[in-house]
Amino acid sequence: MLFMRQTLTIAGKDLRSELRGKEAINASVSFALVILLLFSFAFDPASDLTLEISGGLLWLVFAFAGALILNRSFSREQANDCLDMLVASPVSGAALFLGKVIANAILLTIVELICLPVFGVFYNVNWTRQLGGLFLVLVLTTWGLTVIGTMFSALTVNLRLRELMLPVLVYPMMIPGLMAAMQLTTVLIAGEPIAGDNMVWLRLLIGFDIIFTSLAVALVETVLVS
Amino acid sequence: MPAVDVEDLWKYYGDYPALRKVTFNVEAGSCMAMLGRNGAGKTTLLRILCGLSNPARGQVKLLGAHSRSPGTRARTGIIGHGIGIYDELSAIENLKLFGRLYGLDDPAAAANRWLERTGLDHVKDGLVREFSRGMRQRLAVARAFLHDPKVMLLDEPFTALDDRAIEMLQSLLRDALASGCTVLMSTHQLREALELATHVGLINRGRLVYTGGRTERMLADPGWLYREYGET
Repeated sequence: MLFMRQTLTIAGKDLRSELRGKEAINASVSFALVILLLFSFAFDPASDLTLEISGGLLWLVFAFAGALILNRSFSREQANDCLDMLVASPVSGAALFLGKVIANAILLTIVELICLPVFGVFYNVNWTRQLGGLFLVLVLTTWGLTVIGTMFSALTVNLRLRELMLPVLVYPMMIPGLMAAMQLTTVLIAGEPIAGDNMVWLRLLIGFDIIFTSLAVALVETVLVS
Repeated sequence: MPAVDVEDLWKYYGDYPALRKVTFNVEAGSCMAMLGRNGAGKTTLLRILCGLSNPARGQVKLLGAHSRSPGTRARTGIIGHGIGIYDELSAIENLKLFGRLYGLDDPAAAANRWLERTGLDHVKDGLVREFSRGMRQRLAVARAFLHDPKVMLLDEPFTALDDRAIEMLQSLLRDALASGCTVLMSTHQLREALELATHVGLINRGRLVYTGGRTERMLADPGWLYREYGET
């Protein structure tokens, strides 16, 4: 019970801080919209190719935009040595980590929900035909990305080039999850349900989330105490 | 059982030994002022005691348990080098946040009580980023006392405080000591620290070169210890 309360307190604190300053979310939304706009010049919205690459395109945009949110996650704690006070408090590393993951996942989901309608308009795609499945993929992938990103945000918080190091370290780790998300999103945007061979990708995505969440929760205490 | 028990503590930064074979203890209800020049190893020692850094060798116990155990952390109050307060939150939001993290039954009541005791109740809804350095330090004091700790670890607690705020902090620390709290503080402000301290330690280049009771001689001449045991 205390664990849950501490986790939600950390998540609430991060959301409140971010929504008050709106530094990361403004940058992330703007970046995502600019990439969507630029890609729309590269691909013909009337072509079938656009539909075929829609999943890949969307998740590349979300992954790049997400890095801006994830970069801020632990660097926000550096001002006034706030991270020290959190680590010295009776909050477990796991509660601190999961609180931050929840906050980051909510912020990235907001970015995704803003981008989806824009994507539909720019690329002339009806993405609402398998809405339930699409939101399931969105939630699972967003969780996986934020777990890895938040963990590496903690690892790189004291590095001088952390803004550069975070994407370099995080994107290779995200490849299995992103591959599954891209495949499933393309299928769902085409109006087909997740069934048959596509279930493998869904299982991969769930496994990806479970493995990385377990690993991160087990290791975060070591990462936080130098 | 001592409230703070440090035995054969070593810490390296690369090849440089920041702490060398540091051994001491502080009895419950005592106040130890840990003195030393810049770079002597005071902050490193306090960070290890707070559970923020692991020693290379040796062990640390607070209240008879490992400093990283949740029970110990729940009973330890800390003022660190940074104030540990969020600029984008208000004073009351900061204290309520830490009240919840420390598992207090009524974080709002505790927050209001400590804002009043530290003279910040009139700005409780103001964002911390609008506070002066002294007000921030007072808020850090309120945060450290919020959960009624049994051990207080203070790194330069008098920094940025004006005369009245120093008196306020000294008074809070005296009350805490009277109620059985143990205080270990590092400071360069000798007079303020020695007025409170029951014991004094001096670190010189990572070695604890002096520990003992605070004497009248130290009060009369705060620089004496440095001249006698410290670097010239």
